[in-house]
Amino acid sequence: MQNWLSPMEWQAVLISAKVAFWATLAITPMAFLTAYALVRWEFPGKTILNGLAHLPLILPPVVTGYMLLLLFGTQGFIGGWLQDIGIVLAFRWTGAAVAAGVMAFPLMVRALRLSLEAIDIRLEQAAATLGASPIWVFATVTVPLMIPGLLTGTILSFAKALGEFGATITFAANIPGQTQTIPSAIYALLQVPGQEDAAARLVVISVSIALAALFLSEALARRAHKRLEGL
Amino acid sequence: MLEVQARHRFTEFELNVDFAASNGITVLFGPSGSGKSTIANLVAGLLRPQDGRVVLGDRVLSDRQHDIWVPPHRRRIGYVFQDARLLPHLTVRKNLLYGRWFAKVRSNPEEFTHVVALLGLQSLLERRPAHLSGGEKQRVAIGRALLSKPDLIIADEPLAALDQARKAEILPYFERLRDEISTPMLYVSHSSSEVSRLASTVVTLSGGRVLQQGDPASVFGDPAILPMGPRGAGSVLDVVVVRQHSDGLTELSAGGQPLFVPHTPHAVGTSVSVRIAAHDVILARKLPEEISALNIVPGVVTQIHKGDGPGAMVALQSQAGRFLARVTQRSVQRLNLAPGTDCFAIIKSVAIAPRDIH
Repeated sequence: MQNWLSPMEWQAVLISAKVAFWATLAITPMAFLTAYALVRWEFPGKTILNGLAHLPLILPPVVTGYMLLLLFGTQGFIGGWLQDIGIVLAFRWTGAAVAAGVMAFPLMVRALRLSLEAIDIRLEQAAATLGASPIWVFATVTVPLMIPGLLTGTILSFAKALGEFGATITFAANIPGQTQTIPSAIYALLQVPGQEDAAARLVVISVSIALAALFLSEALARRAHKRLEGL
Repeated sequence: MLEVQARHRFTEFELNVDFAASNGITVLFGPSGSGKSTIANLVAGLLRPQDGRVVLGDRVLSDRQHDIWVPPHRRRIGYVFQDARLLPHLTVRKNLLYGRWFAKVRSNPEEFTHVVALLGLQSLLERRPAHLSGGEKQRVAIGRALLSKPDLIIADEPLAALDQARKAEILPYFERLRDEISTPMLYVSHSSSEVSRLASTVVTLSGGRVLQQGDPASVFGDPAILPMGPRGAGSVLDVVVVRQHSDGLTELSAGGQPLFVPHTPHAVGTSVSVRIAAHDVILARKLPEEISALNIVPGVVTQIHKGDGPGAMVALQSQAGRFLARVTQRSVQRLNLAPGTDCFAIIKSVAIAPRDIH
């Protein structure tokens, strides 16, 4: 594999994987909480939360990246404060992870929301009559029944984070070995004549990962469905 | 002992009830929309009444005036839902053990074995709910409620979603519970045959109010306040098809007592149940001779209830099971009927229609 890819391409693959892994891991609990709040809780500002969670899905990615720069840049509202405690996100791989996470967030929320909405509340009532307190109902009924959605959401978010381009390049730039992910590497290669072969290799990797993620999430969803519904 | 006093107003319906349930099976009986399931949910804590109190034994479960509210998971009330509601991600075994895990009083392994045997669940233990039939699911749901060591079991129309054959499969299990397990049960039903087979006490409901409360014979003996009218009263016997006779009759056996009914297509050896309407039963003190009726069943009077009208409901215990006979009060006097009296129940074969046999 390393012989087939140049060091620069191989680095892009590794950075992409690192960025996507941490992005997915970081947004999972937040997306879970958001989905739970949107489905199960009534509170003022619910529509606003719903809008905010879905914003990255509909905004041009470059706008999302620019807003991240405004918020988390070293001069930014939150970024300045983070810098004081020694954390810099802009133009670092961590920044690429933040951008990828923000862009993948709506996909994860949607997947979790759908699986939570599909849970029959009456099953939770039944568990309560058997002596399970709300926390136990959550841990032994709600979460297990959400696992198919959690798997689908994680896989889709990972694939999305792996391929995120617009917000990442705006917020974290395109520094080889630092913040250059697969898509930003493809972009860089296409800017220079004669690099089509290298670009093509990365395109093949991108397409394979995306298809594998889709098939995997479909297969897991089917398996979970079969287990629960007996179909 | 369960005491319920509750008022709850919905947009188009007001529930206002006051009743008590003691040991055995208390059936909440009434047409749909009479408030039966609402009461079940109030008692289980799935619905919070706007006013009133629920007391189970020495525990106050809810009391609006004193602001007492015990959440469902601390009520120790096992609930058998109409749609079973088994946890789909757990095997039958884990469903059965789910409630036991939370119970304060740890049950012993023998109890698990006993309940599994009682409900015939041995072969299902490793299956998932999705692979069970409706009747099997309901049996698991009953077992699951029992094993949570409840102080009360609520069954909300547990047979309503099942077809006739499955109903006949599940009913005997409830009878075994009533006879073998001391946990009291609140059983919601709109079927008079379930009442006559299961009830120790009946609470009849209509339009969100309690009409009457008492033993089945006395409740069914009062036609004026029976929600379905006196024609709804009857008894159900478990029988086995013994023989198909060449003259078009089918011979059944109810606990050894032969019964002749018009031809039914059920195969010899199958277990079925026969519903006998109370007004189709004639009572006699002496064994009648030269009578056209083919079925004469000896029994003992257990209860007599006189209604406001001229009628009376007589409950009998016989080898074939429990009977209800609706006769006139004049007949009760003429025959000198009283609890303990031996008599014969006479049932015309042709009075039993094919739809009474399941």
